[in-house]
Amino acid sequence: MSAAAAPAPAAAPAPGRARRTAAAWGHRAAPVVLLVLLVAAWQAVVALAEVPPFLLPSPSAVAAEFAEFLPTIASAALITGTNALVGLVVGAVVAIAAAVLASAVRAVDLLLDPVVAGLAVVPIVALAPVLYTMYGASVETGRQIVVAVAVGVPVFVTTLRGLRQVRPVHRDLMRAYAATPRQAVRAVTIPTALPFVFTGLRLASSLAVISAIVAEYFGGPRSGIGSFITTAAAGSNYARAWAYVLGGVLVGLLFYGATSAVERWGTRGVRRG
Amino acid sequence: MTAPTAAGAAPGAPTATAAAVQVTGVGRVFPGEGGRSVTALEHVDLTVGAGEFVSLIGPSGCGKSTLLRLVADLDEPTSGSIAVFGRPAREARLGHDYGIAFQQAGLLPWRTVRANIELPLSLHGVGRGARRERADEMLALVGLTDFADHFPDQLSGGMQQRVAIARALAERPSLLLMDEPFGALDEMTRERLQSELVRICAETQAAVVFVTHSIPEAVFLSDRVVVMSARPGRIAGIVDVGLGRSGSRDDALREDEAYFAAVTAVREALHGGADGVPSRGVETR
Repeated sequence: MSAAAAPAPAAAPAPGRARRTAAAWGHRAAPVVLLVLLVAAWQAVVALAEVPPFLLPSPSAVAAEFAEFLPTIASAALITGTNALVGLVVGAVVAIAAAVLASAVRAVDLLLDPVVAGLAVVPIVALAPVLYTMYGASVETGRQIVVAVAVGVPVFVTTLRGLRQVRPVHRDLMRAYAATPRQAVRAVTIPTALPFVFTGLRLASSLAVISAIVAEYFGGPRSGIGSFITTAAAGSNYARAWAYVLGGVLVGLLFYGATSAVERWGTRGVRRG
Repeated sequence: MTAPTAAGAAPGAPTATAAAVQVTGVGRVFPGEGGRSVTALEHVDLTVGAGEFVSLIGPSGCGKSTLLRLVADLDEPTSGSIAVFGRPAREARLGHDYGIAFQQAGLLPWRTVRANIELPLSLHGVGRGARRERADEMLALVGLTDFADHFPDQLSGGMQQRVAIARALAERPSLLLMDEPFGALDEMTRERLQSELVRICAETQAAVVFVTHSIPEAVFLSDRVVVMSARPGRIAGIVDVGLGRSGSRDDALREDEAYFAAVTAVREALHGGADGVPSRGVETR
């Protein structure tokens, strides 16, 4: 339990709060300062050592390309982001449903176990070309399926683990109080499992964006961040390729931030344990 | 004093005349690995009267916790029968006839103290207002009114156990089952909670079946101490403590002659009743 999570005393002494606020700002500022320093160092190295652009373009060149191609980057990010979101939602819903089923029915668990182990080791983005052939190379469906499969494994594993964390004493308690199965699930099973589910979702959100981008490297419509990175790199526009990479990073951060926010909201009552 | 949901005088409802717990010829055999079964309990007969405080004491593995779980219908006997207020243990459980507390407090960490105490009430469909009122009473009873909105991990072990006892008492059960509830606490906290339990039992008039491995604890709390022996678990003897009804017990009793005499009687029953098998796991502190 963190001190911050405790119900605030009615009248916290003001100096303490000020110190805490300052500390919190310090925590947030530290990575920003680090980032600024790194970018400055990068710029300095490129300028002073006269590194050729094909080896490493300078941050200012990348920024210039980013500004110039902002509308294209934004629309490409939107398409990649949509693919990642559709895949994430579909994959997570299917994975959670499968985990619930596996935790309830032993036979399903035994059936799914090798399937999930198999899926975990398949380089699923490499299957993208096959999916493009199946669904047509002009639609995004293949990419969304790649994302859904990639996302499904961690969500399934963490959810199933969470569903099995119910403590024996809580199970006894539910039986002693003659709770119906539905009541026991609501009172104990779901609150116990939720933190695990959200951990899986947080892992999956970054994976979703990465899978969506990489799937674009293997063909399909020339629409998303990944397609433009390959195009720019093939045309020796290295600074522009980096500008698209920056767009991909921003989409990934957005996804990570959004799932973290959902996690905080979803576990606001159950974070203790 | 019956649970609200069991108050309707349906056939098989608890009756005032029936004993709180009637254990008749009960045995429990656990199937073991490779066909080697373990006999946890054998030929156990025990009657706990309404409002009576009975402790089960014995070495580790004597089946005292198993017996309590059988009464609670958390497990089923392989032979014999168990009646709680005159009806089968299963019906008693479904009728919410008893409250229960375990060695681990077993609070739900994502619920506040108040919400934990209200848990059995909300599971059984008691309205919000009545729940709140009852939780307030229980909080006052265990002296945790100021901690109603705290979460369990903000409380000490002793306080958590008091919440668990309040939860067990929330539905005004006429029977309280306690499985080493103070086992994980330090000696000072333990003695304070024992005194509180004596007071609470005097107020609620509930019968109590209390599993412990501490002789002084059993003697201080109980009307009768049931001494059990291990392998197979059976009742080796019953010591009538006779130190007066719960309400009149206080800390002075801990230094009383009669108290020491009863402690000695229980100790002798423990050591003599096991056919020469040394009584391991029994605390004599």
